[in-house]
Amino acid sequence: MSNPTHSQQAAIMRSMLGRARGLGSAKSGTGHWWAQRLTAIALVPLGVWFVIGAIAHAGASRAGIEHWISGPVTATLMLALIACMFQHMQLGLQVVIEDYVHSESCRVATLLAMKAATALLAILAALSVLKMALAG
Amino acid sequence: MADVREALMSGRNSEGAGVRRPLSPHLQVYRPQITSTLSILHRLMGVALAVGTLLFVWWLAAAASSDAAFALAAGLMGSVVGWVLIAGWTLALWYHFCNGIRHLWWDVGRGFELSEVHATGKLVVAASLVLTVLTLVAGAAMR
Repeated sequence: MSNPTHSQQAAIMRSMLGRARGLGSAKSGTGHWWAQRLTAIALVPLGVWFVIGAIAHAGASRAGIEHWISGPVTATLMLALIACMFQHMQLGLQVVIEDYVHSESCRVATLLAMKAATALLAILAALSVLKMALAG
Repeated sequence: MADVREALMSGRNSEGAGVRRPLSPHLQVYRPQITSTLSILHRLMGVALAVGTLLFVWWLAAAASSDAAFALAAGLMGSVVGWVLIAGWTLALWYHFCNGIRHLWWDVGRGFELSEVHATGKLVVAASLVLTVLTLVAGAAMR
């Protein structure tokens, strides 16, 4: 009689619950869905606020934009907008990529590139707001 | 057989000959409906908005960088190409915004009757067009 291999031994030693864990919904399955809704709700007032601000500053000089963005309330709302917008965008683009990019290696590569690009854009936007807010 | 899905796609017709079954009903067999059209538009406008954030971040970074960088960004936004981009982005924003609220309404379990789905769909299209025109006119008046 041959001894069981290491993986067979591991399979035997694990309990039924241990084997089932991580295979299905374990209270984290709704995380993506919920985050997309939370950011969507936040983006309703933030989006309206930004469009009104953008209209009011259409064609403004650089000094005018700096003056607007550097106010503490504007800077706070801009940072909130940037955080919610880029998280919402990342979650949305993730679903689009998962739906349409079928090859696994290609999908993982596209997802990683998209996550990196959205994170860098968010950092650049936030840093630009902070630079104007802290300089003024 | 490349994949287990290939095996699931094979079947036999009434004469016993092997046939490849479709994986799912393909989209092109359906006549376009307001429900499906608005649904894919929501996704398309979302992707368009994601591309639009490049313009937003460029404009913000330019304002934080230098007069020359800001002049370049403001110059593009003031041009005809810039106007077309901003108009498209405004429409995408308001459509995704209005239809997003429609989605949130569904998320609380309301508005699932077919008559309601059609009515809110038409409302979303009308509201996004009106908001787009208002935004562009107000923006042009402020320049």
